[in-house]
Amino acid sequence: MTRPLRQTVGAHYGWKDWLVQRTTAVVMVLYTLGMLGVLLYNGGVDYALWQALFADVAFRVATLVFGLALLWHAWIGVRDIWMDYIKPTALRLTLEVLTLLVLIAYAAWLAQILFAARQA
Amino acid sequence: MPVSGPPVTKSRPVYLNLARIRLPLPGLVSILHRISGALLFLFGIPLVLFAVRTSLESAHGFASLEAMFAHPLCKLVLVGLLWAYLHHFFAGIRYLLLDLHIGDDLRPARQSSVVVLVASLALTLIIAVRLW
Repeated sequence: MTRPLRQTVGAHYGWKDWLVQRTTAVVMVLYTLGMLGVLLYNGGVDYALWQALFADVAFRVATLVFGLALLWHAWIGVRDIWMDYIKPTALRLTLEVLTLLVLIAYAAWLAQILFAARQA
Repeated sequence: MPVSGPPVTKSRPVYLNLARIRLPLPGLVSILHRISGALLFLFGIPLVLFAVRTSLESAHGFASLEAMFAHPLCKLVLVGLLWAYLHHFFAGIRYLLLDLHIGDDLRPARQSSVVVLVASLALTLIIAVRLW
């Protein structure tokens, strides 16, 4: 009986994280340029424009996508920092879990800001 | 092949004195990319979330945020985070291009690292001056 070759080295999540880091970066570049365009086109922002912008569902969805891309990107970057500098496993694991929890909390906060029912 | 003399022994591990290493410019861009990313994670994300929430709450919230950002100390923090964002942005685009093997020879890589450093600092300075 032949069995498929088993991967015996590496955690092999590396290339996926590499790709996610790049993909989320491109998403953020596009959103940043779009936002910059809106601000330059209107010559700044006042409360009325700000409200109108966030009243648009498409803008809110784009902002949520940007935010989630940012948080995912931040997870990979911050985890890399812990992996590079924090040698004791228990401490590193604690910091990684804390980072993850903070990022999930930010995601929930962002969703609440963008999509919770607001008084008219 | 005859072996001549005793084997060469080096004292290991080798400890590098970070203070005595002259970091090449691409290395400077790299460590600043990491530092700016850490700053954006620690301070940038919570600040932006707070600002978006407050600014959308009401006209009063929007105005109070404007008043807060008018404070010189607050402006200083904003300018610092602005630099972090711009540096991370430009250095990140440089890495995306390097991934595509665009400009990954020694000379263009050095030149683009200078462009990243100068562009992010210059843009930060220009926007900071307009803020003040």
